[in-house]
Amino acid sequence: MSKKTNTIISAVLLLALCAFVFLLEQILPSTHIALTVLKKSCIYALVAVSMNLLNGFTGLFSLGQAGFMLIGAYTYGVLTIPVEARASVYQYYDGGLIQFSVPVIVGLLAAGVVAAIFAWLIGLPVLRLKSDYLAIATLGFAEIIRAIFQWDKLGVITNGSNLLRKFPTFNSVLFPLIVCGICIAVMVLVIHSSYGRAFRAIRDDEVAAEAMGINLAKHKRMSFCISSFFAGIGGGLLAMYQTSIQASTFKSAMTYEILLIVVIGGLGSVTGSCLASFLYIACSEWWLRFLDTETYIGSFKVPLLRSGFRKVVFAVIVMIVVLFYRKGIMGDKEFSPARVYNWWKKKRGQKDAGKEEAAK
Amino acid sequence: MKKLAAVAMCAALCLASVAPVSAADNTVKIGVFEPASGDNGAGGKQETLGIQYANAETPTVEIDGVEYDVELVIVDNESSTEKAPTAASELVSQGVSIVLGSYGSGVSIAASDIFAEAGIPVVGVTCTNPQVTEGNTHYFRICFLDPFQGTVLANFASENFSATKAYVLTKLGDDYSVGLGYYFEQAFEELGGEVISDTFPEGTADFTSYITTAINEGVDVIFAPTSTEAAQLIIATAASQGVEVPLLAGDTWDSNVILNAAEGTDLSVYVTTFYQEGANEEFDTNIKAWINEDSTRLANNGGDDTVAAVTAMGYDAYYVALAALQNAGSTDAAAVNEALWTTTYTGVTGEISFESENGDANRDTAYVKVANTETAAWDFVAEQGVQ
Amino acid sequence: MDFINRNLPYLLAGISVGGQYALIAIGYTMVYGILRLINFAHGDIFMVAALVLVYASASLPLYLSIPLTIVATVALGFLVERVAYKPLRSAPRMSVMISAIGVSYLLQNLALYVTGGLAQVVPSIPVISDTIKIGSATTKVVTVVTPILTIVLVVVLMQLINHTKIGMAMRAVADDFETSRLMGIKINSVISTTFMIGSFLAAIGALLYFTNYPSVVPTSGAMPGLKAFVAAVFGGIGSIPGAVIGAFIIGICENIIKGLGWTTFSDAFTFALLIIVLLVKPTGLFGEKATDKV
Repeated sequence: MSKKTNTIISAVLLLALCAFVFLLEQILPSTHIALTVLKKSCIYALVAVSMNLLNGFTGLFSLGQAGFMLIGAYTYGVLTIPVEARASVYQYYDGGLIQFSVPVIVGLLAAGVVAAIFAWLIGLPVLRLKSDYLAIATLGFAEIIRAIFQWDKLGVITNGSNLLRKFPTFNSVLFPLIVCGICIAVMVLVIHSSYGRAFRAIRDDEVAAEAMGINLAKHKRMSFCISSFFAGIGGGLLAMYQTSIQASTFKSAMTYEILLIVVIGGLGSVTGSCLASFLYIACSEWWLRFLDTETYIGSFKVPLLRSGFRKVVFAVIVMIVVLFYRKGIMGDKEFSPARVYNWWKKKRGQKDAGKEEAAK
Repeated sequence: MKKLAAVAMCAALCLASVAPVSAADNTVKIGVFEPASGDNGAGGKQETLGIQYANAETPTVEIDGVEYDVELVIVDNESSTEKAPTAASELVSQGVSIVLGSYGSGVSIAASDIFAEAGIPVVGVTCTNPQVTEGNTHYFRICFLDPFQGTVLANFASENFSATKAYVLTKLGDDYSVGLGYYFEQAFEELGGEVISDTFPEGTADFTSYITTAINEGVDVIFAPTSTEAAQLIIATAASQGVEVPLLAGDTWDSNVILNAAEGTDLSVYVTTFYQEGANEEFDTNIKAWINEDSTRLANNGGDDTVAAVTAMGYDAYYVALAALQNAGSTDAAAVNEALWTTTYTGVTGEISFESENGDANRDTAYVKVANTETAAWDFVAEQGVQ
Repeated sequence: MDFINRNLPYLLAGISVGGQYALIAIGYTMVYGILRLINFAHGDIFMVAALVLVYASASLPLYLSIPLTIVATVALGFLVERVAYKPLRSAPRMSVMISAIGVSYLLQNLALYVTGGLAQVVPSIPVISDTIKIGSATTKVVTVVTPILTIVLVVVLMQLINHTKIGMAMRAVADDFETSRLMGIKINSVISTTFMIGSFLAAIGALLYFTNYPSVVPTSGAMPGLKAFVAAVFGGIGSIPGAVIGAFIIGICENIIKGLGWTTFSDAFTFALLIIVLLVKPTGLFGEKATDKV
C-alpha cells in the first residue's frame, strides 16, 4: 500500500470517527455516560500523548505532568472567568486582582504557553538529571507547584485553595475531540520532523546522539517544553470538563494514572496512548462500576462485590498488563491502515500457503 | 486468539453498558451521589446509611395514585472533583428522577452542570458551601450554610468561653474546611477577637507542630473544621500535648469517630450539628437496630451504632425526595424539580423547606454538643442561632 | 529559656518523626543500592503494616499481634519482590519502576477495599504511648524511644552488613551486579534478604509512627514514603548512615518550617530540598561514588 493511500485512508477513518461521535451525540441523551467518558478520554489521550512524547520518544522519564496540567487549568480558569462572575468566585478575596477575561481559545493557548514557560524554567536545572532522578525531581516540582498555587498570599489570583469555577465550559464531545485531535496531530508532526528524529536518537543513545551533532540540552528542553505546552492545554480542557478547578485534584496519583495509560498503550506509540486512555477511563469509571454494587443472582449473593472492589480488580488488571504485556497494546508501533493491510495480506498469504500445502 | 478474546470481551462489556436498562414500569429511581472512598469516604458512607435505612423503612411511594417501588442507585464519587462527572453521568444514564448528595461541596459543584443539563434535581444533604446552590435552580439542600455555621460557632466561642483569641486550623484544598474557617474568622473578628490561622496539606499525620503553635500563642479556643480522618489525629495529638482550651468544630466532627478518639482524654470537644441524638427516640432505636443487624452497616458506621448527624440528614433527604415525588405527581425529573420549591417536610432534624432564590434550606438554629469523654457520647449544650 | 521552652515541642516532634522516616529510608536506600530501583511501593508496605496491626489486634493480644505484624510485613516485602520485580530483572529500569507504581496502586486499592475507605484506629501499644513531660513539653514516650531504637537498629544493621557473609554478599551485589553473579553469589536470595530487611524496618517504623499518629488510611504511607526517599537521596543513596542523618534533618526542618508558620509549604520544602541536593551535590551527604545520575 502506498504512503499516499495510507494517508487518505487514515484521514477518512478519522473523519468517520468524528462523524460517528457526532451521530452518537445525536442518538444518546447529552449526559449519557458514554459521552462523558469520551470527553474525559479525549483529554487524557492528549495528556498521555504529551507524556509519551517525553517518556516514550525522548526517553526523559518525567513525572511532572499533573503539575503542568495544574498550571494549565489555573491559567485557563483565571483568564476566562467572566468579569461579572468574579465577585462570587473570589468570594474571600474581594473579586480577585484580575478584572478582565479572554475568549476560550486564547485561554487555552495561554494555558499551554504558561505551562511551557514554567517547564522551561524548571527544565534549566532539572534536565541535567537522568532517569529516576529526573523522575523524582519532576514529581517534587509538581508538588511544589501545587503548594504554591494553594498559597493564601496568591489568593487574589489563584483563589487560594478554593474552587475556581464559572468559566466557560463545553457541552459537545466534538469540542474536546477536535481540540485534542489538532494538538495530537501537531505532536505527530513534531515526532515525524527532524526534531522528532533527534528526540528518538537521544532516547536510544545519548552519547551517540551527541556525537552525531545533536545538541542534547537544547533538544531535551524543547521536548520538555512541547510536552508541557500540551499538558497545559490538557489541564485547561480538564478544567472545562470538571467545570471547576481545585489544586488538590492534581496530585501525583494523577501523574501515575497518566503514566499507566502511556505504558498500557505502549511507550512510543501515539495511537496506543489514545486507545489506552479510552480503555482505561471506560474500564475504571464505567464498565467496571457494577463491581461496586452488591448483586444478587436470584437469592445468591455474589461474593466480594462491594464498594471499592472495582478499584482492586482494575489495579490487578493494570499489574497484569505491566508484568505480562510489558510492551502494552501497541508496543512502539502505530495503528495505520497500511499496517492492517499488510498484516491481513500476510495472514492470507499464510493461509494460502497452508492451502497449497494441503493441496499437495 | 488471546487478543480476539480480549476484544470480544471489551465489545460485550461496551454493549452491555450501552444497552438501555429496562426498568419495570412501577419503579422510581433515586440516585445517591456520595463518596465511599477518598477523604470524605467515612462521612459519605454514614450519610448513605441514613438514605438506605429510610429506603428500607419506606421502600414504596404512592405517586398520583400508583404505587411505585423506590430503587436506590448508589455511585461512588471518590471525593474527587475529577471523578465526580462520570459518577454523575452514570446516575443520569440510569434514569434517576432525583439525586441526593453529596457529602462535601467540591464534588457537588463539579457534578452540578451534568445534572443541570440532564434536568435532574439534586437535594444536597450536607454540602454546606454557599456556591453549591448559588445561581442555579436544580440544586437544593437541606442543611445550613457555612456562613451561618461559622457565625454560630464564633458566637458560641465568644459567649461561652469569653474567647478573645482563636486558633483556626483548616485543610488546604478542602473547600468545606477553608470556607467554614473563613466565615468563623470573619465573625470572630467582628466580635473583637483575634484569629491565628494555619493550614495543613493533605496527608498530614503530624499535628504536633500545629498544636504547639496554638499553645504557644495562648489561644482561648481551637477551631478545626476538618474531615474526621484529620480530626482523629488532631484530637490524639491535642490529648498527648495536654491541651486545656476547648476544641471547636463544625458538623463533620459530629461522628462516633470523634467520640472514640476523645474517650478517656481531658479534652473538651464542642461541635455544632443538625441533629441531636435522642431528640427522636423512635428513630434512634429503630435505626440502631437496623445498623446492628448487619456487619457491613456496622462497619460503615464506624464500628458502633451511634447515630451521626449526617445519617439523620440522609434519612430526612430521602423523605424530602419522596415528598417531592408525591408533590409532583410524576416521576418526571423536571416535574420533581418544579415541585421541590414548594415541598416541605418535617423530619427528625426539624422542619425542612426551601427558600425561593437558591433552594437553600430555611434553617436558623444549630445544636451545640460536647463530647463526654467518660461515656463516649454527646451531651447537649445549647441551641444556638444568629442574632 | 523561654525560647527553648517554646520551641522544644517542635524539635521533639522533628526528632521523633525523623527517626521514623529513617527506618523507612533504610529500605529505600538498600533497595536502590542493589537494584537501582525507587521502590515506590515501600511507603505502602509501611501502611499495610499498620493495617495488619489493626486487624490482628482485634482478635489477638498485643504481644502476639505485634510479632505477627512484623512477620506479615516481611512476608509482604518478600512477595512483592518475587511477584512484581523479579520477573522484570532483565527489563529496562523504567519498567521496574512502573511495576513499583503499579504495586503501590494495588496495595492502596486493596487497603481501600478491606477498610472500606474508613480511617482505622491503630491500637495504642502500652508504655510507649504513655505521655511524659520533658522540660516544658508534654509528649508521648515513643518520641524518646524512636531515636534511640533507630540508632540501635542501625548499628545492628551495620554490623550485619559489615561482618556477616550475607552482608558481604549485599555489598558485593551493590558494587557490581554482574561480576558478583559470576562469582557465584545467589543474587536472588541477596535481593530477597534486602527486601525483607527493608520491610522489617518499615514494620518497626510503622509501629512507632502510628503510635504517635494513631489513624491509618490507604494513603497514609504515600507521604512518609516520599519523604523517606528524599531523606535517602539527601544522605547519599546507598549509604545507610546517610539515610538516617538525612531523615533526622528532614524531620526536624519540616517541623521548624511549620513552627515558623509556613505550614502550606511543609511538604513542598522537602521536595525543594531534594532538588537542591540533586543539583548541588548529587551524591548526597555521604554518597560514596559518582554514579551515572548526572
